Amino acid sequence: MAKLFMNRTKQLEEEISEYLDLVSRSGLIFYEAIKSYILDDKDRFNEKFVTITEMESEADEKRRSIKHKLYTYMLIPESRGDVLGLLENMDGIVDCCEKTVERFSIECPEIPEFAQQQFLNLAKFSRKAVEEVVKASRSFFKEINLVEDFINKVHFYEHEADDVEEKLKRTVFQSDIKKFSRKVHLRYFAEKISTISDEAEEVAERLSVYAIKREI
Amino acid sequence: MFRILFFLSSGLFLGWSLGANDAANIFGTAVGTKMLDFKIAAIICSIFIILGAVISGAGASNTLGKLGAVEELGGAFIVALSAAVSVLWMTRVGLPVSTSQAIVGAIIGWNFFTNNPTGVESLTKIVGTWVFSPILSAIFSFILFFIVKWFFERSKIHLLRMDSYTRVGLVIVGAFGSYSLGANNIANVMGVFTTSSPFADVNILSLFHLSSTQILFLLGGFAIAVGVFTYSKKVMMTVGTNIFKLSPVTAFVAVASSSLVLFLFASEGLKNFLISHGLPSFPLVPVSSSQAIVGAVIGISLAKGGRNINYKLLGKISLGWITTPIAAAILSYISLFFMQNVFMLKV
Repeated sequence: MAKLFMNRTKQLEEEISEYLDLVSRSGLIFYEAIKSYILDDKDRFNEKFVTITEMESEADEKRRSIKHKLYTYMLIPESRGDVLGLLENMDGIVDCCEKTVERFSIECPEIPEFAQQQFLNLAKFSRKAVEEVVKASRSFFKEINLVEDFINKVHFYEHEADDVEEKLKRTVFQSDIKKFSRKVHLRYFAEKISTISDEAEEVAERLSVYAIKREI
Repeated sequence: MFRILFFLSSGLFLGWSLGANDAANIFGTAVGTKMLDFKIAAIICSIFIILGAVISGAGASNTLGKLGAVEELGGAFIVALSAAVSVLWMTRVGLPVSTSQAIVGAIIGWNFFTNNPTGVESLTKIVGTWVFSPILSAIFSFILFFIVKWFFERSKIHLLRMDSYTRVGLVIVGAFGSYSLGANNIANVMGVFTTSSPFADVNILSLFHLSSTQILFLLGGFAIAVGVFTYSKKVMMTVGTNIFKLSPVTAFVAVASSSLVLFLFASEGLKNFLISHGLPSFPLVPVSSSQAIVGAVIGISLAKGGRNINYKLLGKISLGWITTPIAAAILSYISLFFMQNVFMLKV
């Protein structure tokens, strides 16, 4: 009985870890997709788009499976709500990464050369915010006293992303691009990429509350 | 047989109310937070309460006997009934109450009525222990809290695995707590009947020997178990979700500390061990498990920096040390008068 119980626990621990891997990888794939798009490597971009779409479905499935097991096995009754809340919010990050890449694929924004580096930087900071929030989530499960360190890093990268986003928008609107609609289109994509770091920060905020609740 | 059962009924009723109320002190948080299923908690609780009562119940019971040895079944019936009614009445008016304090008050009432001198030494020992037990429980929980915190901060155990360990821990301390509760509090339920016990010693297949007192304690243990099964779930849900708001881990600390206190004041083996090594020993006295658990929760609050200490509750507990025995003593005195003069029974 105890062995069966431990096996279930171990299985679920692995599933949670795999889910967090998916979130982390979706941040990386998102960045690579944006990079490929900006470097005009269409084939690589399409390949990354397919990958991230599959990952999004896989993450959804994994989250549902974890939720089902947490309730069926009656595990962590005290923190179950928090854990599910955390996983659902993490799902928002994966969704956001996938949707952003999908928008690039559908709307094919024309990125002017002067804005390329800023777009890349923005994507990089968003990716880093995702990486740090995944580390914070892993710590929530295993090393609660490290959560706050990672959360601080998430805040840092979100702030950096905001900075780059603002500068990028100013550059775009002060540029000699003639069409206003194109400027608005570029602003939309800058905001879309920045939303990923916002999502990461939202998860971090919740996580810091969950971490306080988990202190004994 | 019917006559014996009738006279024992007040003690059995006291046992039932003890099971209904005090099981929640041990398994309340575990069941209230759904870490343990009520049925499992009730089974473990009942088995270990009966074991504690039969194996280690004699020590605390002897101390009550020294306070006043009720020799007649009729008297014992009234003493236990007065304690039970006091407990019931004080619970209904929302005052914190302990069967230990009620039974002591009722015995003193009997002493007054029968002109028996109240053993001052025993009384001082008992009252001193009432004050000391929540303090000791607070000290234990304060220390244990830091040990557990230190362990969790360094062990890097996954949340899910910690959940499993906590459940196992709650079962172990729950079993220990139930054993200690049975050992310490059976004196309240059946202690007054020991002198007038109507049972003879029993030998089961020459393997087990049960003295007449142990048979009484076995019966009392069953009454407590019935209380656990029939009524404690409601109390557990209240304790687990409304009053203390303990997390499963802090519940482990609180139950372990209060159980240890109950055990220290019940174990003859430990007492003999301490005495044989020239160490100061604990008096074997029935103490209140509710007050021990409140002491433990206060210890945890202090360890967390002294936030949220309910001073009002502390005041109420101190008040209970005075009001419960007085109420039980008066009730016992009046009831004994009626028993002797109206029903013409020896008390």
